[in-house]
Amino acid sequence: MLYRENGQFKTSYRADQQVFPILQDRVAIALLLTLAVVAVPLLASEYLMRAVLIPFLILSLAALGLNILVGYCGQISLGTGAFMAVGAYAAYNFQVRIDGMPVIASLLLGGVFATLVGVFFGIPSLRIKGLYLAVATLAAQFFVDWAFLRIRWFTHDNPSGSVSVAGLSVFGFAIETPAQKYLFCLAFLIVFAALAKNLVRGAIGREWMAIRDMDVAAAVIGIRPVYAKLTAFAVSSFIVGVSGGLWAFVYLGSWEPAAFSIDRSFQLLFMVIIGGLGSIMGSFFGAAFIVVLPILLDNMPQWFGIPLDTAMASHLTFMIFGTLIVFFLIVEPLGLARLWSTAKEKLRLWPFPH
Amino acid sequence: MGPFLETLLGGLMVGMLYSLVALGLVLIYKASGVFNFAQGAMVLFAALVMARFADWIPPLTGLNNKFVDNALAFAGAALVMVALAWVVQKLVLGKLVNQEGITLLMATLGINYFLEGAGQALFGNDIYKIDIGLPKEPIFLFETTFPGGVLVNQEDVAAALIAAVLVALLALFFQKTPTGRALRAVADDHQAAQSIGIPLDRIWVIVWAVAGIVALVAGVIWGSKLGVQFSLSLVALKALPVVILGGLTSIPGAIVGGLIIGVGEKLSEIYIGPMFGGGVEIWFAYVLALAFLLFRPQGLFGEKIIDRV
Repeated sequence: MLYRENGQFKTSYRADQQVFPILQDRVAIALLLTLAVVAVPLLASEYLMRAVLIPFLILSLAALGLNILVGYCGQISLGTGAFMAVGAYAAYNFQVRIDGMPVIASLLLGGVFATLVGVFFGIPSLRIKGLYLAVATLAAQFFVDWAFLRIRWFTHDNPSGSVSVAGLSVFGFAIETPAQKYLFCLAFLIVFAALAKNLVRGAIGREWMAIRDMDVAAAVIGIRPVYAKLTAFAVSSFIVGVSGGLWAFVYLGSWEPAAFSIDRSFQLLFMVIIGGLGSIMGSFFGAAFIVVLPILLDNMPQWFGIPLDTAMASHLTFMIFGTLIVFFLIVEPLGLARLWSTAKEKLRLWPFPH
Repeated sequence: MGPFLETLLGGLMVGMLYSLVALGLVLIYKASGVFNFAQGAMVLFAALVMARFADWIPPLTGLNNKFVDNALAFAGAALVMVALAWVVQKLVLGKLVNQEGITLLMATLGINYFLEGAGQALFGNDIYKIDIGLPKEPIFLFETTFPGGVLVNQEDVAAALIAAVLVALLALFFQKTPTGRALRAVADDHQAAQSIGIPLDRIWVIVWAVAGIVALVAGVIWGSKLGVQFSLSLVALKALPVVILGGLTSIPGAIVGGLIIGVGEKLSEIYIGPMFGGGVEIWFAYVLALAFLLFRPQGLFGEKIIDRV
């Protein structure tokens, strides 16, 4: 009853092509944004921000980037961790080697380097497809892990690749408290989400989707596979690289290559698949699910007062995590985003479904 | 010449173990189109079960016969793997029929997490030993041909023999039994196989069971070499370049690919490694596989991929 587009007539092309064509959606998004920008920093506790919200923001940014590649362009990548690492270490090098480098500039330049590496490892996608490509992207993962561990120049001569940054500031404002860090990440996320949303509904997004659905057919109707695939790799690894920089600079502070190991790649792929392939919204759902679930599972025994030693608890967490993933894939193979759109469909007819 | 041959042989031995893990992957992929990421966890799980059974069974039987005890433990572990195959088929894959490859891949990753957790929750995370009585003393070969000879581990040779016997048995099973014929039919064409009355469900259980037993053999061999511990499940990551190098659908490919990767890895570590500060073998296998794929996208022995609109 409340959620219905009746009476909202589009009288111009502009109005017809809005990102959120329904008034209620626009109101909801505006409310959500005010909540995220104003209310959350004031109300949320430090623990909540540090342990849940900041990782959620950064990882949803990464999931967003990966979703462009896997969900929109259909190129499965298991090398996301590597592109994050490239973003992080490149940004670190700019930060350390150039005096007075603004943080935002180093993060974005980190993204640029991740783009270069991403496009390089994306070249095989022109010949290799599907699962073969997935395994081939692991080459990026292992090579990059190794490079940052062994090649001293990348890490400014720090042994075993462990580096740190301190005293971040943007335009003269220090980024120290969790609330400031939260707002900093949120700003990045909003900008990139808007950008990604507009890319995927534009011409290039439709090319990606055509390639995903069937690349030979897409080539036949005149879409250049080389251009479409490589731009998907480029955009995706740029966003992933920036998120890697944020993860290292803002969330970790000091890090080593293990922070971007293959487990990170799998984690991100889980987010994208559980959230929903080919859906910007889905990236957020997936990131929330994968970030919050382990924390819940870890704290569960304490809340119910069940005595469990930590080793056993971590094994159980593994088991439950695995089970839940399988459960979700069986119940909703199209991801949480599909549940969301089903709910919206239902809501349009509510309370008179006939 | 001596060190080179030793490296080569060492590479072949390691490569053969990769082949065993890769074999499990290929069997499942061929029959059901599922890329089984949990193969490494299955190796770990099987080895853990075997190690624990080998501890528990001797007091039960009261015999002081190592061979019988080990055989019983092996049979018990094999039963567990068959049961696991049935459970996986009934609870997971049976419900995911007709889903996309990536969804199935993720489901096996879920199984992977579950098995890693379950294995350690049930059996603890100590390092166990599997002792199946493989000879341990190294021997020297070709001492007359060149100075120093070539050092070979008898254990490795025994392991190679076991693996060869396993592959031969598998080949017999696939070529000569009615079930094997059904398996090959399913691998060839699901729909055609089903239309002539081959029950897909049962075939998939059998395939997972066979892959489980292959994992058990791989786990026993690795376990008796290095001890049963968590890192065993990482073997799967080494088997991935092997399968894409050899071709996802080819059993000979898995074996040849494993040997190529094993040898390439060891040789690169010795001859290229020092130039870059070591540790090259972590990524060398992947880069090698990637380079091969650029020329043959379907792997060395894979079926040619034909795209039709």
